[in-house]
Amino acid sequence: IIWATLRIERGIRRSGSNRDLNSAPEFEMSDIFYFARRGVASIMDDEVTKRFSAEELESWNLLTRSNNNFHYISLRLTVLWGLGLLIRYSFLLPLRVTLAFTGVGLLVFLTCVIGLLPNGRLKNFLSQKVHLMCYRICVRALTAIITYHDSENKPKNGGICVANHTSPIDVIILASDGCYAMVGQIHGGLMGVIQRSMVKACPHIWFERSEVKDRHLVAKRLSDHVEDKSKLPILIFPEGTCINNTSVMMFKKGSFEIGATVYPVAIKYDPRFGDAFWNSSKFGMVNYLLRMMSSWAIVCSVWYLPPMSREEGEDACQFANRVKAAIARQGGLVDLLWDGGLKRGKVKDTFKEEQQKLYSKMLVGTQEDRTHRKGALSSL
Amino acid sequence: MGSRASTLLRDEEIEEIKKETGFSHSQITRLYSRFTSLDKGENGTLSREDFQRIPELAINPLGDRIINAFFPEGEDQVNFRGFMRTLAHFRPIEDNEKSKNAAVSEPLNSRTNKLMFAFRLYDLDRDDKISRDELLQVLRMMVGVNISDDQLGSIADRTIQEADTNGDNSISFNEFIKVLEKVDVEQKMSIRFLH
Repeated sequence: IIWATLRIERGIRRSGSNRDLNSAPEFEMSDIFYFARRGVASIMDDEVTKRFSAEELESWNLLTRSNNNFHYISLRLTVLWGLGLLIRYSFLLPLRVTLAFTGVGLLVFLTCVIGLLPNGRLKNFLSQKVHLMCYRICVRALTAIITYHDSENKPKNGGICVANHTSPIDVIILASDGCYAMVGQIHGGLMGVIQRSMVKACPHIWFERSEVKDRHLVAKRLSDHVEDKSKLPILIFPEGTCINNTSVMMFKKGSFEIGATVYPVAIKYDPRFGDAFWNSSKFGMVNYLLRMMSSWAIVCSVWYLPPMSREEGEDACQFANRVKAAIARQGGLVDLLWDGGLKRGKVKDTFKEEQQKLYSKMLVGTQEDRTHRKGALSSL
Repeated sequence: MGSRASTLLRDEEIEEIKKETGFSHSQITRLYSRFTSLDKGENGTLSREDFQRIPELAINPLGDRIINAFFPEGEDQVNFRGFMRTLAHFRPIEDNEKSKNAAVSEPLNSRTNKLMFAFRLYDLDRDDKISRDELLQVLRMMVGVNISDDQLGSIADRTIQEADTNGDNSISFNEFIKVLEKVDVEQKMSIRFLH
């Protein structure tokens, strides 16, 4: 509407000149206002950067870590906070750490033992029981209070389970209610030990660091796995990185190209009891886990959405977006087109070139072009 | 509480910024929280990289020019006061301000100052004149590779021809103001806050 009014004004001013309105490029010095305004508006607030830091709470939940905006309010509140601190660190934390060690220790030990058994029904059965038991202990270790909805839609063998990603705890939450084949990169250290022992009991898909870059290799291993109906459903987080649970960002299309049935899952944490988001640039894993274990509790809801498959004439990208929209809608999250990779990397130049192209069309296009572009530009 | 005390904004500072920029108390604290979230180095100032991390700004064809507007001549860091001073240009003009006494020093978000901000986006070498060359460079930023040099050149020529009244083949600030006198600058160069 802004551009149209401008054009009418220009038309009136130019009616005396001998220039042809339709073909002359129409640059006005005021065009710069449009870019300036959008640029400064994004400096004041933008949709993307705030997804990579913890959500702001409306009222304080008695944890210092959520205390960015709340200053000293009253003596009574401070006393409550102090009391809470005492309970959390001297009672809850040691209890939880003990449980965590127990859970992880049992997982490693028992999966190694089961690994000694020959492949067969007994091994699978025991492996599932062991995995479930250890994950449930870990869930207690975090005092995670989970509500599962629509369990009739739980992922089945030969399918791929996709979920939005907020923290490594997502894995524990899902795996304590069902058995999955995990996908991921092999790490060193304790994580690596756990990964290596888990794979002894049942097939998970771990990649070496070098293999991760090879998309075809990744796709092949995933599709080989889903074709084997005796293998567990794969668990994947297509965002590729942890987001702060207020939005769902772009899904990488790799898992959607394979052609297996997709079981979407939405996970929403209640931030009032403890912020589950892992800001990996701020905290390391151990620091993060300690913070989790000294919060009040992790309260979350898990929705198992009905399975989806790629439809005729839909490409992997569109399919991924459709699944993403379903998850966002269920979890009450904002559906964003931006790539979660922007957490660490720069935005691609192609986006800027897109903007330049649109503006150029406005300048030198024909009258019909301009009317058409006007609508597109005003929605930019 | 905790170690954040050193980064909290003192009330006196908020008052000073309020007087200088006209933002309300809650707007200032909100923008301060935005400032600190952009300040990855946590040293109380923003560098050009901090701005470039905003994806929506990085894809703006004039992103670099806008970022430059925050930094005074020759400096690489901007503190919160400077940040607010520049943002103040985009504060909407309230109705009750329009009739303000001219004796009061001009508010940062006056029409003239808004135009000055835009003028400075064009004026690359800060010599208070927009030369043909500067106009060409800014145009090139806006259109990318989609328009030929010749066509862009004729756009620049036509624009200067229309604006230049004293024949020095460049656009001064007063000529700029004249060209845009019919444009609703107040509305186009204002950003409304949600609260």
